[in-house]
Amino acid sequence: MARAVVTVPPRAKRGEIIEIRTLVGHRMETGFRHDSLGRPLARDIVTQFVCTYNGTEICRAELFPAISANPLFTFTTIAVESGTLEFKWTGDNNFALNETASITVE
Amino acid sequence: MTPSHMSTRREFLLAAGALALTVRPSSSHATTSMMQDAIRKVVGDAPINRGKVKLDLPPLIDNGNVVPLSVSVDSPMTPTDYVKAIHVFNEKNPQPNIVSVQLGPRAGRASISTRIRLADSQTVTAIAQLADGSFWQTTQDVIVTIAACAEEIS
Repeated sequence: MARAVVTVPPRAKRGEIIEIRTLVGHRMETGFRHDSLGRPLARDIVTQFVCTYNGTEICRAELFPAISANPLFTFTTIAVESGTLEFKWTGDNNFALNETASITVE
Repeated sequence: MTPSHMSTRREFLLAAGALALTVRPSSSHATTSMMQDAIRKVVGDAPINRGKVKLDLPPLIDNGNVVPLSVSVDSPMTPTDYVKAIHVFNEKNPQPNIVSVQLGPRAGRASISTRIRLADSQTVTAIAQLADGSFWQTTQDVIVTIAACAEEIS
């Protein structure tokens, strides 16, 4: 079962720029490799990552096979209000994974 | 010849065949022109300016499977003047695209980082699209000693 880890500061000052780190367990098979018998290995990657903050999309990334296994992605956002950040990964073979984190803004 | 010899020989031939596939010339690699095509797909006919973008990659890479990459763009990130998107391209992986990120003024800073695969020593290009529609790019040369993407499973 795939697993994701997100790091969001639990509390922040209003207007502060916070860094968000995300990591998802996925082998990111490129589709360009072959097994020991020379048969091609089918592509199996995470193709999209979306982050929403209280329902508003704040970051979206399109991933290609050139992203390493267990994709790490960090970005920043402004802490505007307390609430929930939702992270969504989708990919080949109906891969879908959601994770949430809450933040308190003072 | 005993059957066990046969199977060994067959396995050897299969392995040799697999090896032949591995060492097939770099036809599966992207080329500079493929990268230019991929860039044009994103940018269209707009001119690409140099500057504003900062690409951070180690200049000498031991393992091309896990290469830390960060891109930051010099932008105030206000509701009218912000970075809309960051795209990263390469010349020599099987595909020219690496990652495309859509940002907005709520990012606060135009700064992202991830880990990428690089198949060979090459030039990596990062392009930023600003809210006014202009494009800015920077490039960095990297030397890769252990290549990614094309390695086979044994």
